[in-house]
Amino acid sequence: MESIRTPHIHTINRASLRESLEHGGCGECQASCQSACKTSCTVANQQCKRQERRSPETKRGAAV
Amino acid sequence: MVHTFEALGLKLALDVGSGALHQLDGIAYDALNPDPAERARLLSRYPTEEGAAIAAELDELRKSGALDAPDDYDASLLSEPGVVKAMCLHAAHDCNLSCRYCFAREGTYSDPSRSRMPVEVGKAALDWLIAKSGSRRALEADFFGGEPLLNLPAVMEIVAYGRKRERETGKRFSFTITTNALGLTDSAIRFINDEMDNCVLSLDGRREVHDRMRPDAGGRGSYDRALDGALRLVGGRGDKSYYARGTFTAFNLDFTNDALALADAGFAHVSVEPVVAFGDEPYALRPEHLPRILEEYDTLAAAYVQRRREGRPFSFFHFNVDLENGPCLRKRLTGCGAGNEYVAVTPEGKLYPCHQFVGREGWEIGDATTGAFDADAQRLFANNHVLNKPDCRACWAKYFCSGGCCANALAMNGRLDKPYELGCATQRKRLELALAIAAMDY
Repeated sequence: MESIRTPHIHTINRASLRESLEHGGCGECQASCQSACKTSCTVANQQCKRQERRSPETKRGAAV
Repeated sequence: MVHTFEALGLKLALDVGSGALHQLDGIAYDALNPDPAERARLLSRYPTEEGAAIAAELDELRKSGALDAPDDYDASLLSEPGVVKAMCLHAAHDCNLSCRYCFAREGTYSDPSRSRMPVEVGKAALDWLIAKSGSRRALEADFFGGEPLLNLPAVMEIVAYGRKRERETGKRFSFTITTNALGLTDSAIRFINDEMDNCVLSLDGRREVHDRMRPDAGGRGSYDRALDGALRLVGGRGDKSYYARGTFTAFNLDFTNDALALADAGFAHVSVEPVVAFGDEPYALRPEHLPRILEEYDTLAAAYVQRRREGRPFSFFHFNVDLENGPCLRKRLTGCGAGNEYVAVTPEGKLYPCHQFVGREGWEIGDATTGAFDADAQRLFANNHVLNKPDCRACWAKYFCSGGCCANALAMNGRLDKPYELGCATQRKRLELALAIAAMDY
């Protein structure tokens, strides 16, 4: 996704949570506690499996 | 709700309702100051035309839905409970280490018999999961303990059974394992690297830190043995996922050095987690440690960025945020799914909401060997989502952490829906740094 720059603001991502309602909710993603922590709860560092299948070449931000 | 913050030299604004992240210059940052009086004072320092220009930019963002977007999502978005798709299989309530900070009491979960999961219980658990998974195809089973390698022959048979059931049902098991790395023989490594989609290797970082908290039953440090096994496993793992996972305590609040020690030892994927301890143990994290912990995350993030600039990057679990392909809103509302879509299974087949509940009186919610499952308990956990947690309503991080770990909430506050504040504060700090690191990529 292209980021957007105006004179004072650089919009890094416009990802809309509300829009994710259109495609989300399939439940195929990982349970967050099955990852590395086992002691906390973070979903933000997970990926959407549906999006991942759709456009693997555009993945950014994860596993940096 | 808009959260403005500074991290790693960047001025940033997160729009909570939309998930949009903005990097700001000085005037834009001032124009989003949450205090109206302070905002007016700050903006009075700029020429009038600049103030008007920034106001116009912010208005455009509001019109596009990327600023001040409504975040009044409601629970009607969530599906009815019923499906279970992930489980933590306690392969052994036994361990070959005597870690001082173990929340499971040296891996036994207070089980004096130090039991190990029979193959038939593991098979029954997978069958139960398949039966409870509805239309979900991707299922997860994490081998945990105690130390699961103490029961490796059973783990191997259970995985083989899972593969057979995949062919019969069209489901796909993602098997993972969490190990202290002491039992990593060549054949164990081959098995894990062939079959496990993720492997969590428990190593605390610096030798002296590791050995202080992770002795064996004889009191000897385990660092050298664990490191050797873990490196041999990683060396044969290719690009499959793994984490070298440490624990920090009050004894090593300078845990940046442990994360870097793991990276320097040869691990590309690192996680260092706060200890789970709520008593008066000397290693427990307490509120007075919080300023030091937050400062240390700043130090870790700076070192993380520096390593990337030097061309020797490593990944740190809590600094990974996927801004474009991240989880959908429904996932963000429901979190880890403990007790709802995720359960833990004891060696005898008893079901608990998650591994941290195992052995806690009153929290057994079923039996995988008989198929019994407490639907009321599942509904209780399903309803314990972030929208139903009063303390989370005004928190900017609510759609990143989903209201935090309910096991920690229960242990600290005596209720599932009141988050553990020390955990919240550290989570918010890690998220700010993760967002700043992500912004640097654009």
